[in-house]
Amino acid sequence: MSAASKDNKIVNEKIVENATCTFCGCCCDDITLTVDMDKKVITKAQDACILGKAWFLNHVIEDKPIARIDGKEVALDDAIDEAAKVLMDAKFPILYGMSDTICEAQRQCAPMMDDCGGTIDTTTSVCHGPSGMAFQGVGEPSMTLGEVKNRADFVMYWGGNPAEAHPRHFARYAVTPKGMFTPNGKDDRTVVIVDVRQTKTAGVADIFLQVKPGKDFELLWMLRAACKGAAIPDNCKELCGIEKDVVEDLFDKMKNCKYGVIFFGMGLTMSRGRHFNSGALMALATDLNEFTHFVAKPARGHGNVTGADNVVSWQTGYPFGVNFSRGHPRFNPGEFTTVDTLTRGEADAAIVIASDPVANFPKPAIDHITSDKCKLISIDTKQTPTSEAAHVSIQTSTYGINTGGTVYRMDDVPISLRPAFDSPFPSDLEVLTKLRKKVNELSKKANRPYATKKYI
Amino acid sequence: MNNEIHIKNGLVFDPTNKIEGKICDIYICDGKIVDKVSSSAKVIDAKGMAVMPGGVDIHCHITGPKVNLARKLMPEDHRLDPHFKTKNTQSGSGGIVPSTFATGYRYATLGYTTAMEAAVPPLMARHALEEMYDTPIIDNGYYVLLGNNLFLQSLIAEGRKEEFKEAVSWWLNVTKAYTVKLVNPGADEPWKGHKNLNVKHIDDNSKVVDIAPRTVIDAFINVVHELGLPHPPHIHCNNLGHTGNYDTTIETMKTAGDRRLHVAHIQFNSYSGEMGKSPQSASKEITDYINDHENITCDVGQVMFGKAAFMTADAPLTYLLRGYKKQKWVNADTECESGCGILPFDYQGMIYTHALQWAIGLEIFLLSKDPWRIVLSTDHPNGGSFANYPLIIKLLMDYEFRKEAMKHVNQKAMNSTILGDLKREYTLNEICIITRAGPAKCLGLKDKGHLGKGADADITIYDMLDDKEEMFNAPRYVIKAGQLLIENHEFVSDYTDKKVLRVAPDYDKDIEKVIKPFFDDFYSISFGNYAINDEYLHGTGQVIETKKKKSIYEN
Amino acid sequence: MKGKLILIPGRSAKQGVGLNKGKLKDEYKKVTTTLEVSFEDMKSLGLETGDHVKISNEIGETNVIVKGLREGKIPEGYAFIPYGPPSSCLFDGETCASGMPESKGMKIDIEFIKKGEKKKTTLPPLNS
Ligand code: SF4
Ligand SMILES: [Zn+2]
Repeated sequence: MSAASKDNKIVNEKIVENATCTFCGCCCDDITLTVDMDKKVITKAQDACILGKAWFLNHVIEDKPIARIDGKEVALDDAIDEAAKVLMDAKFPILYGMSDTICEAQRQCAPMMDDCGGTIDTTTSVCHGPSGMAFQGVGEPSMTLGEVKNRADFVMYWGGNPAEAHPRHFARYAVTPKGMFTPNGKDDRTVVIVDVRQTKTAGVADIFLQVKPGKDFELLWMLRAACKGAAIPDNCKELCGIEKDVVEDLFDKMKNCKYGVIFFGMGLTMSRGRHFNSGALMALATDLNEFTHFVAKPARGHGNVTGADNVVSWQTGYPFGVNFSRGHPRFNPGEFTTVDTLTRGEADAAIVIASDPVANFPKPAIDHITSDKCKLISIDTKQTPTSEAAHVSIQTSTYGINTGGTVYRMDDVPISLRPAFDSPFPSDLEVLTKLRKKVNELSKKANRPYATKKYI
Repeated sequence: MNNEIHIKNGLVFDPTNKIEGKICDIYICDGKIVDKVSSSAKVIDAKGMAVMPGGVDIHCHITGPKVNLARKLMPEDHRLDPHFKTKNTQSGSGGIVPSTFATGYRYATLGYTTAMEAAVPPLMARHALEEMYDTPIIDNGYYVLLGNNLFLQSLIAEGRKEEFKEAVSWWLNVTKAYTVKLVNPGADEPWKGHKNLNVKHIDDNSKVVDIAPRTVIDAFINVVHELGLPHPPHIHCNNLGHTGNYDTTIETMKTAGDRRLHVAHIQFNSYSGEMGKSPQSASKEITDYINDHENITCDVGQVMFGKAAFMTADAPLTYLLRGYKKQKWVNADTECESGCGILPFDYQGMIYTHALQWAIGLEIFLLSKDPWRIVLSTDHPNGGSFANYPLIIKLLMDYEFRKEAMKHVNQKAMNSTILGDLKREYTLNEICIITRAGPAKCLGLKDKGHLGKGADADITIYDMLDDKEEMFNAPRYVIKAGQLLIENHEFVSDYTDKKVLRVAPDYDKDIEKVIKPFFDDFYSISFGNYAINDEYLHGTGQVIETKKKKSIYEN
Repeated sequence: MKGKLILIPGRSAKQGVGLNKGKLKDEYKKVTTTLEVSFEDMKSLGLETGDHVKISNEIGETNVIVKGLREGKIPEGYAFIPYGPPSSCLFDGETCASGMPESKGMKIDIEFIKKGEKKKTTLPPLNS
């Protein structure tokens, strides 16, 4: 599986204990890595799940240029100069991505866009962005994952597939672990899965509810009404695909547990209704506090998307989709979110950090970002369709494998990374710090009044 | 580069060094106050101006997880109050919970140069430290929430005193904290584990409370005293916000005996009356106790009308308040360590309780005899924004203005207080004490809050104006660590090299062997990843020395 | 052999593993071009696992390989595909002022192209 074959004895071996896997939002920090320091590869990632193993063991230092402009290899500083120039010259520069890098690097991004009057957005906008918006509307009762392990006797997953997206979520935090007030692990909990598909996740459920696609909101609202004393309607099955008595029984269990938790996934945020769905769920969790202690939490995807949310929020006051063209942060999803600025053809320069919109954005957005109307800058650890399509492309080292720094787990718990081996590639932090400085210099020289970035 | 400044002709207020408004020179070199400078020093002519040490906020909520949740929660509030970019500063969002950049700049534009974040759960301390780095200009430290720490509580309950002391010391060290914060001690378990209940009494030992709050409070006061931390435990008392809670407050202060204790935002804990009914003022009872007990310090937690945001580790209280309007609300449980509630809030002059809270705060200021032990705060943003400080100063300095203000709020509340009879007016020197010299002393910050030789050159120069609100709202010059930041009301540079203030008492490394098994069982992160390494201080940490003291007057 | 389905793209473990090996590698391409359909729909559409099909909507079209799922795993009338370049071809850029394209539950047409060769892993041509 890994690059080190079995019969080759590792001479220069290093063990890294308590390493953190940043592949998914679980940020498991209990991994023991065995590193072959000569070959610069990780040969073992003890306790990592299949995704985590793939993350650690496939990491090899590839022989590729650090910086390229239009496909031609250049010096890093030249690439940074060119990137800064592109951003400063653009009328509507956008920055996107950030979820797969450390907070220290993320912290460079908003000030940089502030200086060039651009727009900053993270992968949150196409993942739990709607949950962020719902949060602004209704708030959220929540918790760290250890509380779930220690206390939760009712655990629900709604519209997510942790078995495949967050494989260790069950075992480390929410279903099987034995906690302070849950000494028998899974036996002390009721596990409920709500989804449109019977995924691998459904396998762990005590109760699996297959909701009609697009009818999550209806079911959530029925439960909210039940909190206020309304009966579950007779045509329940017709409305959401689940029998009335099943929903009644579910509500009973929710109300009577000691510590209830709902994790929710993109099944809610990506389907019709978006933030209304996640808002309904957070509001339901709030309502249930009249009966018992109840919390909810989005199950965030990428390693440090939660960190990106936090950093952008503390620097600008808003979690994603923030524009600086008037000299101060403005937030407006739909206006300043990346899919929109690209689909409408507004962005004339885009810097993409540790993300791959060219591979997974909607087609109209891809068409624009790869067109000659938009100058693309990519900073990434791997070669991706985005890095290959970019005007300026910078390859960096990988967080958690080659560099340290901070990541935030899906429950906002910050964790420091322990790198395994160094890399000839510069870190995101180094590249972004230089770029921020360069943009700042140029912006001071440009000496423009700060509240005017022309729209044309 | 010119690292010397000479401030001349200013009216200097330096109460620590017994200078109470005297024209004299101040010299600065390499970030410190010195005896003299060379003739090439930059000269600031402060004629007609008041020269004071930079302000020190002893209790506010400006960095960390709960603050950031509140920021995310309130876009509608940021929208109304943009903070523009300038050539030398970054942009941000204002409002009741400003973004980090805006927070630093706005403190500076009030003449404050130090602000202590009052509550961070240890598990989340990295977050607070990260935000501090993005909060420009002001020096920060933070108080670590240990009062509901389950492991520490179990040590207290089992009477393992030595290990308790070592463990507290360990926690302070690994989280890079400044002192211990206790918030509604004992209340987490009823809240999280017993369907949202709360503790009712400082001696509560009902089934839902594993350990009586008083036992916890006593243990922490003792251990912090033993460790000789520069600032005593910083306590948010039980029953905060509830009618009739002043008993609890006095009992809490009595628990301290003659050991030091800092009662946070004491206004919120000075209500008489019957539990569940409308509150009455107990400012008299509270200030009587404080006046007589030199070991007690407090900050007021003045309530100001307008927007506020509740953010506190007192989760049951926040949930209770949410009940009134059913607004958006955030709860955030931290495993084994803390609870947290967040709620946007509005204080309205026409509402009896709000008007009464406003009056009680002012009464406490006016009734307390020793300005050194009573610090100006709004418990930002719980009682209102720190941006209200200049207005509070005006209310304290101007009796007529106060009387006028009383006319515009709930009269039933005004009639039930003695505020109208309190004619005392604070002097500039006293204001200087309650906003900088006093808090620096309460915190044990020897290099701050004064202008004597060797002090940090954190200096604010205000125009002497009759309207004290105006005066304190816009200093003409602000100097931080010897660097001129604000000149003629404009930012001339963006100082980012700032300090994280902390303590580092000695401890026995073996205590880790006692703590680790608990971690392995009940925490969700590895023990090995819990301690915060020095990188998070960004090279600018400053350890404040530990020394046992019985009051702020002992050196 | 034509029909209509509702497409639910999502994450899968295989897709995640593929992603780590490299997005420009075959494994990732293979995973993200696999369309999962219920047995019932397979039958009514006359498809077999391994068949090459074209899926399309008003935004775009792409060629993928179908795989049948046993009863109950996925509701009739629905199809699942892991996120990747093929699924992107069908997303609309309209976000209804949310920033998030509606990327779960879109109507698609499905059309048979050719029989799959048994146990062979050649990839269908990607849309260009
Ligand atoms: S669950 Fe997520 S963080 Fe944990 S090992 Fe697997 S991929 Fe990594
Ligand atoms: Zn406070």
